Amino acid sequence: MNKNNKPVIGLEVHVELSTNSKMFCGCKAFHFRVKPNTHTCPVCLGLPGALPVPNKKAVDWAIMIGLALNCKVSPKSKFDRKHYFYPDLPKGYQISQYDQPLCEGGFLETSEGKVKITRVHLEEDTGKLIHKKLDGSDVSLVDFNRCGVPLVEIVTEPDLRSAKQTKEFAQEIRRIIRSLGVSDCDMEKGSMRLEANMSWGLDLGYKVEIKNVNSFKFTEKAIEYDLARQKELLDKGKTPKQETRGWDEKQNITVSQRFKETAADYRYFPEPDIAPMTFTDKQIATLRKSIPELPDEIAKRLVKEFDLRVDYSQLISADSALQQYAEKVFKKGLEKKIKPNDLAGVIINQKIDIEKVSPDELVDLVFQKKTQKESDPSIVSGWVMEAIEQNSEAVTDYKNGKTNAISVIIGSVMKISSGKADPAAVRDLLIKKLA
Amino acid sequence: MAKKHTITPDEVRHIAGLANLDLTDKELKTYTAQLQDILGYIDILDNIDTNNVVPTYQTLDGTVNVFRQDKVTKSLSQKKALSQANKIHDGYFVTSNVFKKNITKTKDYEKTKSRNIDEHNAVLSKVSDNGSVAHKDLFVTEDIVTTAGSSVLEGFIPQYSSTIVNKMDKMGLKTKYKVNQDAWGHGGSGENSDYGATSNPWNKDYVPGGSSSGSAVVVAMGDVEVATGTDTCGSIRMPASYTNVVGIKPTYGALSRYGVIAFASSLDCPGFLARTVSKVKEVFNQVVDVDKYDGTSQSAKRSQKDSKPKTIGIPKEFFEEGIDSEVKEAVIKATEELKAKGYEIKEISLPHAKLGVAAYYIIAPTETSSNLARYDGIRFGKNRSAFGAEAKRRIMLGAFASSAGYVDKYYEKAARVRSLIISDFEKAFNPVDAIIAPVSPTPPFKIGEKVENPLELYLMDVYAAPASLAGLPALALPCGFTKSNLPIGMQIIGPRWSEQSLFNLGEEYQEITDWHDKKPL
Repeated sequence: MNKNNKPVIGLEVHVELSTNSKMFCGCKAFHFRVKPNTHTCPVCLGLPGALPVPNKKAVDWAIMIGLALNCKVSPKSKFDRKHYFYPDLPKGYQISQYDQPLCEGGFLETSEGKVKITRVHLEEDTGKLIHKKLDGSDVSLVDFNRCGVPLVEIVTEPDLRSAKQTKEFAQEIRRIIRSLGVSDCDMEKGSMRLEANMSWGLDLGYKVEIKNVNSFKFTEKAIEYDLARQKELLDKGKTPKQETRGWDEKQNITVSQRFKETAADYRYFPEPDIAPMTFTDKQIATLRKSIPELPDEIAKRLVKEFDLRVDYSQLISADSALQQYAEKVFKKGLEKKIKPNDLAGVIINQKIDIEKVSPDELVDLVFQKKTQKESDPSIVSGWVMEAIEQNSEAVTDYKNGKTNAISVIIGSVMKISSGKADPAAVRDLLIKKLA
Repeated sequence: MAKKHTITPDEVRHIAGLANLDLTDKELKTYTAQLQDILGYIDILDNIDTNNVVPTYQTLDGTVNVFRQDKVTKSLSQKKALSQANKIHDGYFVTSNVFKKNITKTKDYEKTKSRNIDEHNAVLSKVSDNGSVAHKDLFVTEDIVTTAGSSVLEGFIPQYSSTIVNKMDKMGLKTKYKVNQDAWGHGGSGENSDYGATSNPWNKDYVPGGSSSGSAVVVAMGDVEVATGTDTCGSIRMPASYTNVVGIKPTYGALSRYGVIAFASSLDCPGFLARTVSKVKEVFNQVVDVDKYDGTSQSAKRSQKDSKPKTIGIPKEFFEEGIDSEVKEAVIKATEELKAKGYEIKEISLPHAKLGVAAYYIIAPTETSSNLARYDGIRFGKNRSAFGAEAKRRIMLGAFASSAGYVDKYYEKAARVRSLIISDFEKAFNPVDAIIAPVSPTPPFKIGEKVENPLELYLMDVYAAPASLAGLPALALPCGFTKSNLPIGMQIIGPRWSEQSLFNLGEEYQEITDWHDKKPL
């Protein structure tokens, strides 16, 4: 392999939308830890004769995601059928989008450069399979609660160049989508799923797909590991096998994934049961307006408005609830002359439960702590003794009857204690010590 | 002209894989030859220049943006969801492990028996003595066995009812029978039911026409006043014309498809059959409505104007080669009778209509191979080995026509030709208000006569296909008999949403003729 070859990584991100109902029927979309097959109906079970009708909110939300990722919204769009046979796909086809996705041609900046986004489209999620042994034979159990939940697919160009950048990009996607409030993007629960395609060059005739990894950290590790694995093979003059691999947390390696080969020919054709979609500039503008300030913009604004440290601003802007809370705290804090950075430090480092402590309470606590004077003799005496040592002249003056000289020593104690010492307690203690 | 494509058994095996069908060597051989034969015919589309033609995939009057609001509605109970499953465990559906090499149970299902409830094998099940309506077995009926005429759904008890059945039920039009049909709607003769062929009440040796064969026969026999049917490419009009009854294939989207088992989604039109135009009109006007569960029923143009045609077009291409002389004579005579009543009769041309069969036998199989993909034996019904020969043939044809490398040549090409046929009609409806044409090129034929040659049967759809591809309403009604006393029917085709106009013309024709009063012995 040429020494100049760099990793080429493309990412597919699937995000389940948190609409009330499913994509094409009125069943509840929520499916996490729900009794199996209790959120189904003729439509999402694929019963004979049932027909899909798309959920308006899911379409709007998918477009908002596209707009937030700097995509163009297609003036004309439609759904298509994607065919393959699998027990978790009840109709034998998935309603997806083929040649007219809702959004195309976006990008996102990362610290390692711009990443182009090919498309953002809408489809339906599949059911869930559990593989187990039942009465001595291997079976798959099927639960269709997840089947038909709206799923947005975001596809990038192969613009990513490292595992770290891939992780950063995916996290940025999550920050954006969370701030839109359209998905909880929880990797562990599967409401956000990443599939990375990668190789050491588009002309090398292979790519490896990393799939079913349930955290950003492991995705990064898996990509890093597998790129090294591929390089080792390439350096020996071998071509890595084109395959799908997963992450083995225990061994810290990627492993070839057991998955059933499905036909690569999806026989896409326009979904005849659903009317096409069109979007006017006005409709797109309305959706654009409904997009809240995005994390990146918020982070920049926080730095500008509150002189916040960059790392704090990024942490806070990633979570819209936290961000709203923090901004209230900062404003209150400024009234009492407390620096936003100090408050942000408290919120982040002390892991303040923002649902239990109100912004007012938090500011009051910090203010009290800041203004509370130390009067404990065991602590104050240390500062007093230091001050006595440093101010021998004033001590002599005081002992000689110049009682005013005590204020010089008190001032010194306040300086040594960074203002924390209670002046009354200091005075009492000094009078005692110098008596 | 493009070089003819030769289909190899390997290719057919690959297609069977895509379609998840396990074919025997014998089937493989048969389908290879038949696909070659059918696709060879379809190659006539290659001669048509469609470079500047936009493909048509739906006929919705340009309707766009049909959505539902994000509201939660009641789901099925777990018990009901699982009620039709092959195997369940602890609230889950059970299927053989997907990672295991599929050890296909090529268990041969017992040949499904004819029901023999009636002498013509038209009835699959009697639902209620008090009922007055027969439903084609593609109409899903809650708690009442619904089979689509296929062994795959033998014993299937649906968890819901179709919009039309629900509506008719509420209006007091209760179900009497579920009736026989060509399995899945595949067939024009009524011979393709897995529950045995239906026979023609006018002569038991002859086919009654299909696929709504049972619907036409129970109406012809006077067992019910009204029957539902579906027409994808003549499936209401053919049996109506073969049994001397009236049938309406409405505008695509006029009657809800929700709960009507899908054959070809962009073509399927539920409709009605009865003895008279007046009866068909009455029921149609009671039931016709937009349905929020059918996103293709929401055209803004769907209002029904009560008008009467003045000028009637006769498409010359429908009376050229291939038409039986008795059929031709009967239809021409009907137009002369109308002329005598003051209608202006004009010869028109539908130059692309003859391509309808070729386009249709790409579009419909492609959609049916997709619609029949859900029958996997997990949630309901038997597994895919229970499909009959015709269903397998159409699944294979459709999977082939939409597979990688062929989708442009076949599926997209057919969709472009569909646009040409639509524009033929648009031009024709400029000078004329309605078109009269034969339904079938021949009178009813003998049961078994054409079973060995699928292509020959497909070509019987030549006059039915154009209106179906264009999503137009067409009213079939009796217009004579052959010398051997077999019924002949004609169809009146109108612009979209012109059903009232067709009914008015049909009613007037039935006032001046008495063909519809004749009953089988």
